[in-house]
Amino acid sequence: MKEKLEKMKEQVKQKVEEIKDLQALNDLRVKILGKKGELTEILRGMKDLSPEERPVVGNLVNRVRDELEVLLEQAEKELQQKELERKLNEEKIDITLPSSKIIRGSKHPINRTIEQIQDLFVSMGYDVVDGPELETDEFCFERLNLPKGHPARDMQDSFYITPEYLLRTQTSSVQARTMLANTEKTPIRMICTGKTYRREDDATHSHQFNQVEGLVIDKKERNVSLADLKGTLEVFVKEMLGDNLSLRFRPSYFPFTEPSYEVDVTCFKCGGKGCSLCKQTGWIEILGAGMVHPNVLEMNGYDPKQYGGFAFGTGIDRLAMFKYGITDMRYLYTNDVRFLKQFDRMD
Amino acid sequence: MKLSKNFVKDYIDIDVDIKTLAEDMTRVGNEYDSASKLINATKLVVGEVLECENHSDSDHLHICKVNVGNEVLNIVCGAPNVRKGLKVIVALDGAELPEGVKIKKGMIRGQESNGMLCSLAELGIESKFLKPEDKEGICELPQDSKVGENPIDVLKMDDEVADFELTANRGDLLSVLGMAYELGAIYDKPVKEVDLSHKEHREDINKSFSLKINTDNCKLFLAKKVEGVEIKESPAFIKNRLIASGVRPINNVVDISNYVMLELGQPLHFYDADKLNGMIEVRMAKEGEKLTTLDNIQRILNSNDIVISDGKEAIGLAGVMGGLDTEVTEQTKNVIIEAAIFDSVKVRMTSNKILRSEASNRFEKGLDPNRTYMAAERAAKLLEEYAYGKVVTGTVIYDKTNVKPKTIEITFQNITDVLGMKIPNEEILNVFRKLGFTYEVKEEKIFVTVPTRRLDISIKEDLIEEVGRIYGLENIQGKLPTVPMKQGSVDRTMREIRNKMISLGLNETLSYVLVREEEAAAFTTDTFEKVKLLDPITEERSTLRYSVITSLLKIYEYNKARNEKDVAIFEIGKGFYKKEDYGEDTKLAALMSGKYYLGMNQPKELDFYVIKGIAEEVLDYLGYNGRYSFVQPKETPIQMHPGQTAEISVNNDIVGIVGKVHPAIEKEAVYVLEINLDKLLQKKTGKMKFKEISKYPTIQKDLAILVDKTTVSEEIAKLIKKTAGSLLTNIEIFDVYEGKNIPKEKRSIAYSLSFGKQDRTLTDEEVNEVMNKVIEALTNKMGAELRA
Repeated sequence: MKEKLEKMKEQVKQKVEEIKDLQALNDLRVKILGKKGELTEILRGMKDLSPEERPVVGNLVNRVRDELEVLLEQAEKELQQKELERKLNEEKIDITLPSSKIIRGSKHPINRTIEQIQDLFVSMGYDVVDGPELETDEFCFERLNLPKGHPARDMQDSFYITPEYLLRTQTSSVQARTMLANTEKTPIRMICTGKTYRREDDATHSHQFNQVEGLVIDKKERNVSLADLKGTLEVFVKEMLGDNLSLRFRPSYFPFTEPSYEVDVTCFKCGGKGCSLCKQTGWIEILGAGMVHPNVLEMNGYDPKQYGGFAFGTGIDRLAMFKYGITDMRYLYTNDVRFLKQFDRMD
Repeated sequence: MKLSKNFVKDYIDIDVDIKTLAEDMTRVGNEYDSASKLINATKLVVGEVLECENHSDSDHLHICKVNVGNEVLNIVCGAPNVRKGLKVIVALDGAELPEGVKIKKGMIRGQESNGMLCSLAELGIESKFLKPEDKEGICELPQDSKVGENPIDVLKMDDEVADFELTANRGDLLSVLGMAYELGAIYDKPVKEVDLSHKEHREDINKSFSLKINTDNCKLFLAKKVEGVEIKESPAFIKNRLIASGVRPINNVVDISNYVMLELGQPLHFYDADKLNGMIEVRMAKEGEKLTTLDNIQRILNSNDIVISDGKEAIGLAGVMGGLDTEVTEQTKNVIIEAAIFDSVKVRMTSNKILRSEASNRFEKGLDPNRTYMAAERAAKLLEEYAYGKVVTGTVIYDKTNVKPKTIEITFQNITDVLGMKIPNEEILNVFRKLGFTYEVKEEKIFVTVPTRRLDISIKEDLIEEVGRIYGLENIQGKLPTVPMKQGSVDRTMREIRNKMISLGLNETLSYVLVREEEAAAFTTDTFEKVKLLDPITEERSTLRYSVITSLLKIYEYNKARNEKDVAIFEIGKGFYKKEDYGEDTKLAALMSGKYYLGMNQPKELDFYVIKGIAEEVLDYLGYNGRYSFVQPKETPIQMHPGQTAEISVNNDIVGIVGKVHPAIEKEAVYVLEINLDKLLQKKTGKMKFKEISKYPTIQKDLAILVDKTTVSEEIAKLIKKTAGSLLTNIEIFDVYEGKNIPKEKRSIAYSLSFGKQDRTLTDEEVNEVMNKVIEALTNKMGAELRA
């Protein structure tokens, strides 16, 4: 009996080594250990043994069964591992083939720039406000100290709808609206971004363009000065055009500010050495700014004896062009999808 | 304003080159366009033509031997007026002429040519300034010119010119004298007196000439008379200064009126005294009154035009243009000088209609009455000196001006407060002195008296600007306002919508709002009046769009023409209208054509349901889930496909449109969407809030039915929801089928229904009971057939 068992063990070992797949291994298990398996047969035959022999043989059979079970289990694991490896190998793909196309849309460079400007000023405590594009003469000009017939109206050739309505020529129209809307006459820190329109159209001027307007008004005792304006614009220019640029305030004239300045920045192309962009001057004019004119304060409900402040405005299109290296203004408005699709990643 | 350096040197001693002068002016706020020599050329010399023969190989070229002093040069010249004995301007080998022209030795048709004989045009003088003979050929220098001399000196054209772009408030700088004051402040130099001296003759003009001013729009009118003038060419210095200033020389009398305007800033008009009836009247024109101006055009006037009349009829448009009948001609002997101030707004209105001129520009910007008096005397003086006339005693004066120098009170502290930097008190006072302002200091206060020429200065802020301007602001230290901390704010809704559209694969555009008139009311059935420009640049951009789709469609066309077929674009922009009043709405529009790729291996050919899905996605994102529906429009815009267009209704209010563009407009399948965001966002939405997830499983049931094609799916879904009640948690369509094995007028729709309850597991019996009710309702109310 003992020999029979040993022989069976050897045979099983040998077979296991030959077996290549899980199915065959399972068949072998059933053949040996199954309900009608060989080992089970042997156990059944124990009833013919003497009571003395039974425990001895029983022990022996159990030991062999345990051994065989371990053996088969191990073999199964190995086979499973091999099977997995084979499968993985079969599933190998060419990872250099192109990906499935997952298309993202894109944001227009002007709006990207506007969002950047808004975020900057919001971080400095400004409110972003909005105003109509189809504006009245009153808000676009008259309330900004530009009465009808004023010669400075020539600076901005306008698209009139009627003698009273026009497309706003400047976001400055929102200044008066903001001041008037603020019935409690609390301090103001606001910017407005948006479309503006002028009656000119050539290679460097689009009849439709974008501006940002800033307005700060506070009590006289807090003394908002030209130095504050300069500091604020320095932060703005550095954010938009880069560090290491300096500003130059050149006296100028806008009816809604007094004193008024045009603000030049070190040429961002040549760094101030002089080039074709800055016409050899080393400076590029980028902003109009000044201290809010007392008439503007007065006309819009703020007592110029008690309040003062500054205002500034600039074109956004050129900032966007600089930011992304766009070479021709017309790209901004033709909306060629080959252009648009380039703006599909984070800044 | 073109400033001649020679001209301004009459009034101030300066010794800087024109570029430096222009830069210094720019720093104090007067930008310049250009600054250069009047004649920007090198290596020019006076030559004498010794011999002149026709070129054998040309019908117009001449071969000349030209003595240039140290040698005789062979030069080929094509000018018709070149001839032996002529004194000419020679550009030598290596000379540089304007516009980058370089002169080099060379062969012309086989003949050696060692230079060029120049015309004035070739030296950069604009042709409008040239006499007819100077336009035809080379410049003929006076016979007494010395060979070898610099011809620029011979021509008295050794001048430099800076062209300034002045700001609208500085009318005072539209004069050489005003420029002299400005330069005086920059370089701290005194300004010289203007020479007004002249003799007077005969009895006072007031005895023989009268003024009638019948309008408030003329506050000052001066008339002087000069008799016996001789009309001739002006002396070279007058002509050249006019040319340098951009004014065409005509004859000595006319030139003097322009010269004085340039010099003092006061426009003048000269009349032929013998064509007036001993009087001048100023009044408003009658409606429809006619006047032939000196450009020989008959003008129809209205009651906003100020006219000069001889008592009978209009003889000039005040401040804009004189009349043809009374102008100074070659035959004129006696001249009436008009020096007047007309209302700036009225002149501006008239000149906008007729002609913007040097004169009207000055009237518009405002004039100093003291200059008007000076100008009348100065003109008389120059007519005496250069037109050999005799000035009649006295001046006819009408003067309702009352201009005195203004005194403005300011403190040193005011200046520091606004500029944000401390300037020493003595420096501040120094600025006022340099500007020619007088002042009195009383403790902290300064009382500054501003001369009448500075019309732009009236409040202390103006004085602060002057201090900043002349002292210089290079040293201001920028700082940030010291104001209470507060959080800034921005409405991020538009940004969120934009980002949502981008995540759906659409590209943002930025389009023009101005379109053709016939396009302006497209893609809508709303009633409104189009918003048209009074004076458009082109027809293509004459009217404001109502629908943003109009602009997107143009962009689509542009890209299609460039073979970009898969277009998926959107824009948030304004649409404009006139209803009771003018108005504008913010709209979201999208356009899609070609294939749609979002997150799929295989792109999907676009159809109505994709663009509808985009609309739903946006509405859901904005929080309107469950509040909108897509409804059959009562009337479809003619630009849209009548069978594939839906209106978007939120809370039973139409907020937008979605569908296919009409094939008559776009052959390709183009789908568009527009939502009026102003209208939509007025409808409040609740906050986003967490909903408890049911711990109990849901039960799925599929249901396929056969219905008439005319039964719209939304109605079926409504009926299912209503019948199933609260146990139904979700309903989805997973298949729609028409065609084989199904009757022609029917279609099959397959639904997947989910059932569940928050607080327990549903039993099969419960769900089956609901399903049976649903099936019964569909059968009875919709004539649906259950499919196996």
